[in-house]
Amino acid sequence: MSIPLNAYLLVGAILFSLGTLGVLMRRSVLIVFISIELMLQGVNLTFAAYGAFLEDMAGSMFVVISLTVAAAEAAVGLAILVALGRRVTEFYVDRLDTLRW
Amino acid sequence: MTDQIVAFTYLSIVASVAGLATILVRSPVHSALSLVVVVFHVAGMFVLLGNGFLAAVQVIVYAGAIVVLFLFTMMLLDLRRHETERTVHRRQIWLAIPIAVLLFAEVAWIAISKPEISENLKGAFPPQTIDELGGSAQALATVMFTDYLLPFEVASVLLLAAAIGAMVLARNPDEESLASPPDMIEDAAGTDGSSDQPEGELSETPATHG
Repeated sequence: MSIPLNAYLLVGAILFSLGTLGVLMRRSVLIVFISIELMLQGVNLTFAAYGAFLEDMAGSMFVVISLTVAAAEAAVGLAILVALGRRVTEFYVDRLDTLRW
Repeated sequence: MTDQIVAFTYLSIVASVAGLATILVRSPVHSALSLVVVVFHVAGMFVLLGNGFLAAVQVIVYAGAIVVLFLFTMMLLDLRRHETERTVHRRQIWLAIPIAVLLFAEVAWIAISKPEISENLKGAFPPQTIDELGGSAQALATVMFTDYLLPFEVASVLLLAAAIGAMVLARNPDEESLASPPDMIEDAAGTDGSSDQPEGELSETPATHG
């Protein structure tokens, strides 16, 4: 473990912030989804780094659960997009305002 | 020691640049492929942390399942407008950038000034114990099926619910009558009741694509 914990946490912070920026900035629903996955990558790296440095398996366990939640979220979210694709032709978060009345 | 530093520098720089590319490129397909690069380099960092099992799971689940799911969905959707339309919010971006910078400053400050890890905080799995158990997969299994059995089961129920929910959501409602069991049995048996049934199928199939 020659690399300090701070370095891993910093890379995790960079990935999480980039994901946040993508969620807030982009118009495309698909890229907002991908940015959420990017945020989860930063979270996973932080969990795994703390787990390794604390010499505990809880970090790895939470990464596995976070992966499960990410897979479930992607499956349901993309299914919603496919169902939406039958009604609309544009996938932008500022145009999909049917529910906002 | 130095080779670890070289590897970490490479992994962190490429992961950050690919993360930047993920949120900046125009095409969603390119964005998903940049995410694959991020996933592989984060998996490399898991290897540096001595957790080869997580690295393998990361590549299999993220690069193998989630990104492929994204790419499949993009093939199903009509994304031609993405090539010409504006990619970012016009006014919201001036709020988004300061918020993201503020968030990064906050999280990076915590990351740099974290408290030292003292010996009494450490758990029961130092690297030599993991080696004695036979690797990170065995070490994870010893806690997954004992201490974390309930979260493991709850995660499996979540996956089942998500699979059923995705199927229900993505099913085409127009095809419900077409896929009902009695029609299929009549078609298979070749009874005379099926003479008008293919007409209904043919008339409905173009409507689903239109």
